[in-house]
Amino acid sequence: MALVSVKDLHKSFGELEVLKGIDLEVEAGEVVSIIGRSGSGKSTLLRCLNQLERHDWGTIVLADQRLDGAAMSPGELSQNVGMVFQSFNLFPHKTVVENVMLAPLVVKQTPRGEARRIAESVLAKVGMSEKVDAYPAQLSGGQQQRVAIARALAMNPKVLLCDEVTSALDPELVGEVLRVLEELAREGMTLILVTHEMKFARDVSDRVVFMHQGRIHESGDPQTLFTQPRTPELSQFIASVL
Amino acid sequence: MTDFTLWDIVRNLLLAGRWTVVLSLIAFAGGALVGLVLTLARMGGLKPIRWLIRLYVDLFQGTPLLMQLFLAYFGAAVLGFDVSAWTAASVALTLFTSAFLCDIWRGCVEAVPSGQWQASRVLGLNYLQSMRHVILPQALRLAVPPTVGFSVQVIKGTALASVIGFVELTKAGTMLNNAAFAPFTIFALVALGYFILCYPLSRYARHLEKKLYGAGIR
Repeated sequence: MALVSVKDLHKSFGELEVLKGIDLEVEAGEVVSIIGRSGSGKSTLLRCLNQLERHDWGTIVLADQRLDGAAMSPGELSQNVGMVFQSFNLFPHKTVVENVMLAPLVVKQTPRGEARRIAESVLAKVGMSEKVDAYPAQLSGGQQQRVAIARALAMNPKVLLCDEVTSALDPELVGEVLRVLEELAREGMTLILVTHEMKFARDVSDRVVFMHQGRIHESGDPQTLFTQPRTPELSQFIASVL
Repeated sequence: MTDFTLWDIVRNLLLAGRWTVVLSLIAFAGGALVGLVLTLARMGGLKPIRWLIRLYVDLFQGTPLLMQLFLAYFGAAVLGFDVSAWTAASVALTLFTSAFLCDIWRGCVEAVPSGQWQASRVLGLNYLQSMRHVILPQALRLAVPPTVGFSVQVIKGTALASVIGFVELTKAGTMLNNAAFAPFTIFALVALGYFILCYPLSRYARHLEKKLYGAGIR
């Protein structure tokens, strides 16, 4: 049984149908990269997975539990699905460690000492132990994004969604964030990434999914997919990004 | 005609200036309280409530404060209430202030980037928790400079209370001028009085604004 199982997912914004029936299964520990042109629906798919967007039709099952509709409260959902955004979205009025502690304290009602311990351990994992008392504005983009990853990990989610997490970064800062994700992948974290980093998608993913016009157009293991695309759309896409 | 020394004029203006300060404080405190309730109701409330509050805000923003004072004073009398100039001025200025603050504060809450809502939502915080821990602390910091800035408008607005017979700085100036007939001196002093009250607040608002943007909150 797959950890995440998406069946016949549809989503429209007004007249515009963005997702036209998505079927996707992700096993525990699998790293899946979603690639495709902007407007192909990849970010919307990700945002449906944690219900930032309500889909119109279809089901999303996570570890045998429906998570769509009213089946799961935001509190429960956050302990199953973590998310990291392109624009970091750290809380600017809170220090690094407070950012990471907030959800465990407020949502899980973790005692303060315990929450602090969790925060320090996830911050160590992303290499940000030195900066626990800094404010986000004092950090570089790469550091902010690593804190954002730690903040998501503090809720101990079963799957981590990454929405173009390196797109807002200066080129020299991309590596430090990708290394953290690579490390997470190696530890067996289930990752679903929307990414423009083709090298990362090829080297780290177990599977790459190419989305085109609201559908999964092609998917497979990264080596085959990148070297022997079956459809002209994917060939064109690969040619345009490499 | 009695001779007024400059000191007589200044002393009388200072005495009346107290009431300008007191009326400003009442209007601001009352306006902040009502404004806060309205802001929260407007953001979390049901559609008809939100619509009513918007109408309220538009009404007070779209009519002159002078008319609001007239209506509070003479209108209440027509309806059979015997209201003093004090009560009428306090009520009118409170309502006026609340409408503006409600709008300023709503803008501040909306100015918090939507990514903040999304981040707290995916971390599992519900609406109230997001409001309390993430949105309001940021909105509050954004709100301080324009709120302090608006307090200047409230102080100057109290001058209009003179027309319903409330003896504050402006009214005292008019009365003194009727007796001493030294309009330039007297109204220059009146203006100076308002400036002394308002200028530090303007400066402070500007300072707060600089500090806010310097801190890189946005």
